[in-house]
Amino acid sequence: MTLPPKVRLVGRRLLQAAPALAGIIIITFVLTRALPGDPAVYFAGPAADEASIAEIRKQLGLDRSLPVQFVSYLRDLATGNLGTSISTGQPVLTEIVTRLPASLELTLTALLLAIAVAVPLGVLAATRPDSWVDHLCRFVVTAGVSLPTFFTGLALVYLFYYLLGWAPPPMGRLDILFLPPDRVTGFYTIDSLLAGDISAFGSALAHLALPAVTLALFTLAPIARMTRAAMLQVLGSDFIRTARAAGLSRRTVLFGYALRNAMLPVITTLGMVFSFALGANVLVEKVFAWPGIGSYAIEALVVSDYAAVQGFVLAMALLFVALNLLIDVIYTLVDPRLQLEE
Amino acid sequence: MMNAIPLLDIRDLTVEFATRNGAVTAIERVSFAIGKGETVGVVGESGSGKSVTSYAVMRILDRAGRIAGGSIVFGGIGIDKAPEKVMTELRGREMSMVFQNPRAALNPIRAIGRQIEDVLIEHALAVRATAKKAAIEILRTVKIANPEERYHAYPFELSGGMCQRVVIAIALACRPQLLIADEPTTGLDVTTQKTVMDLMVELTRERGMSSLLITHDLGLAAAYCDRIVVMEKGKVVEQARTDSLFADPTHPYTKRLLRATPRLDSQIRDLLPEPRPAPAILPRGEPLLEIRDMVKEFPARNGSAAFRAVDGISFTVHQGESLGLVGESGCGKSTTSAMVMRLLDPTSGAIRFDGTDIAAIPAGRFARSPERGKLQMVFQDPTDSLNPRWSAFDSIADPMYRLAGMRRAEAREKIESLARLVGLPIDLLDRFPHQLSGGQKARVGIARAIALDPKLLILDEPTAALDVSVQAVVLNLLADLKVELGMSYLFISHDLNVVRLICDRVMVMRQGRIIEEGETESVLRAPADAYTRTLLEAIPHPPGHSTVHARPEPVA
Repeated sequence: MTLPPKVRLVGRRLLQAAPALAGIIIITFVLTRALPGDPAVYFAGPAADEASIAEIRKQLGLDRSLPVQFVSYLRDLATGNLGTSISTGQPVLTEIVTRLPASLELTLTALLLAIAVAVPLGVLAATRPDSWVDHLCRFVVTAGVSLPTFFTGLALVYLFYYLLGWAPPPMGRLDILFLPPDRVTGFYTIDSLLAGDISAFGSALAHLALPAVTLALFTLAPIARMTRAAMLQVLGSDFIRTARAAGLSRRTVLFGYALRNAMLPVITTLGMVFSFALGANVLVEKVFAWPGIGSYAIEALVVSDYAAVQGFVLAMALLFVALNLLIDVIYTLVDPRLQLEE
Repeated sequence: MMNAIPLLDIRDLTVEFATRNGAVTAIERVSFAIGKGETVGVVGESGSGKSVTSYAVMRILDRAGRIAGGSIVFGGIGIDKAPEKVMTELRGREMSMVFQNPRAALNPIRAIGRQIEDVLIEHALAVRATAKKAAIEILRTVKIANPEERYHAYPFELSGGMCQRVVIAIALACRPQLLIADEPTTGLDVTTQKTVMDLMVELTRERGMSSLLITHDLGLAAAYCDRIVVMEKGKVVEQARTDSLFADPTHPYTKRLLRATPRLDSQIRDLLPEPRPAPAILPRGEPLLEIRDMVKEFPARNGSAAFRAVDGISFTVHQGESLGLVGESGCGKSTTSAMVMRLLDPTSGAIRFDGTDIAAIPAGRFARSPERGKLQMVFQDPTDSLNPRWSAFDSIADPMYRLAGMRRAEAREKIESLARLVGLPIDLLDRFPHQLSGGQKARVGIARAIALDPKLLILDEPTAALDVSVQAVVLNLLADLKVELGMSYLFISHDLNVVRLICDRVMVMRQGRIIEEGETESVLRAPADAYTRTLLEAIPHPPGHSTVHARPEPVA
């Protein structure tokens, strides 16, 4: 092979994701078959008789053996057919494609906010242990994990919408006056900019602000804590002493040497935080009436809408695999020591 | 060699560390000077404050540490209170430092060439465009082969000796006037130690630099230093020219240290402060451990060829004998001990122990074999080889619970007698490893190993992590225990001086093979193999008598 080693390495990591994908497909299949209740009965509706239920069962292919069902499930997946939601009547794929970007936009914005605050805070706290910055860091971390998101969300709404009137009403992603921008990425902020619609962008941003801050406050804690711990550990290591003894400036030592090494565990933490934030933002979505995938999944679960649940599980699992892959690849590119491990 | 104005002048330097229990004085009123072009050694055991002194000079003390008194004058400027900005300019440019454990001393995720560039650019000796060429030139100066390729290497891709050259390259990149080397070769093989030290001396001499060598090894200090400062518990107890220090030490601590350092002609009892009769010699009995054509091959992985760590070795340990196994890192001595201990399965070959072929028992099942109790091991690092959450009692009792099926109440009496045997005060049995000194932990490790009256003890560098005075005591303890309990030893070490003291026979191992074997005295006096000779020549020895106080016989 003549490919450069880094490309080969990334390729290998991509291949390693394949078994995980296969596992997810099998598990979603088995899981939905194992759920209690007969989907045919739900589909047929309350007024159906035995014959029409059997008819629907046949339509859904549920009368066939599991291996046969699995093959047709695979065929459906390959053509992008995730079935139809019984509660909304919409194809599951369409729902996911509109709702997932909403959740992603919220989560990513929150995460970027959290990183922008948590990493500098952690670095400052580590370089000045027991100073006021360190105490601030400790306070923020404790507050961030101990205040539930629905509480911070409601408190922010109360303060910024009800009392101050700075924020728009906590209802969805845009003011009612605006039409959603043309769909490119599904992120309203980006799409409205692409469409050149500044006022829609402003509205999208305003609607995004409070839920993103709510979620950011929650995700900030582990990132700040991990940054602080990793920085403290790296700053105490031998090579930092060498760098100082060689007369490298404080800035080079701190950012060029210490922070880069400390970033490795922080990147891992980011991956985990992102995963749980995607799951944990259900409450935020509820508080702000955000049309995300979390609230969709909760509603589907409540009414045993099995196609929707299956679609949700599949989408989230794929997302997590992609995310872990990304973290792995970043890690491989940052840490030269991993490149020899073959 | 002392010039009128010394390059570095330390006067009454006191350093304190803030701890939870208030300030602790790490060094107290330390005074010494280094002239231009002079090499001064600071020797002392752990806790003597020798490293703290050097960190104070560089002003890189931990946050908790502070200079509480005295002065440091470098090149005519007082630096003990100099602002950080001035120090940043001095460090690397005028004074720099080489550390112990070179691999950890380099940034693990930055190419070594870039790390040298960082220093050059910081001190304005190069700009981005010229830095690479300069860095490669410096790598060549420290005798790194293929510097153009090595420029891109990361620390984990280089050997310990190579990493230390890179650290030296970083330290000398800006041609400073003073080089401080803090245990620069501890943990490196003797031959590597020699090349690294020779390189450092060559470069500093060539540039007329002064240097400060901090070491626990008196032999190393004797070989490379003009003057030696002896420190004990944070104080300078003696300083003198190297030859006069060894010929005529005045302070009792220096004398004790000199005695405890093994020399070419030391006997094991010479190391102790009080003279004692030599240990009895056990008659050589029947063969106890017989190794025949033992091979360990690690299979090929991803393009790298199969690796024969141990390549067909045979040897025998007789009852009551101690056999030394000597070699440098990577020679296969640890793999050999792991196979004898049945932690690893040999690829082929026989291991007969006390009449049983234990090679036939799979490594995974050996722990339950009745033979297991007769074979015990003492490990290199007395701290890491004890469970930090177990008291000394629990550690010693563990093999008795597991292999002899004893209960705690039964074990107590035996453990107390073991503690007496290894010289561990009974009241220390309830302490945890972090509450014990290095020597005490070594005693716990030995007590654990002899708890089941083993026939063979494998000693894997048992004193490598100990101070020389503690090493002297532990070596003597091992010699006494062997006679008292009638054990045999397989003693693994890289230190020929120590092997000389304790082993009847010695084997020299290199690249998985035994290249020389024989009676210790004859191998060390007249080595047949060129490699053995190289090893022997690389060991620095303190000059002069084997014992410091008056002895009737003349110098050997």
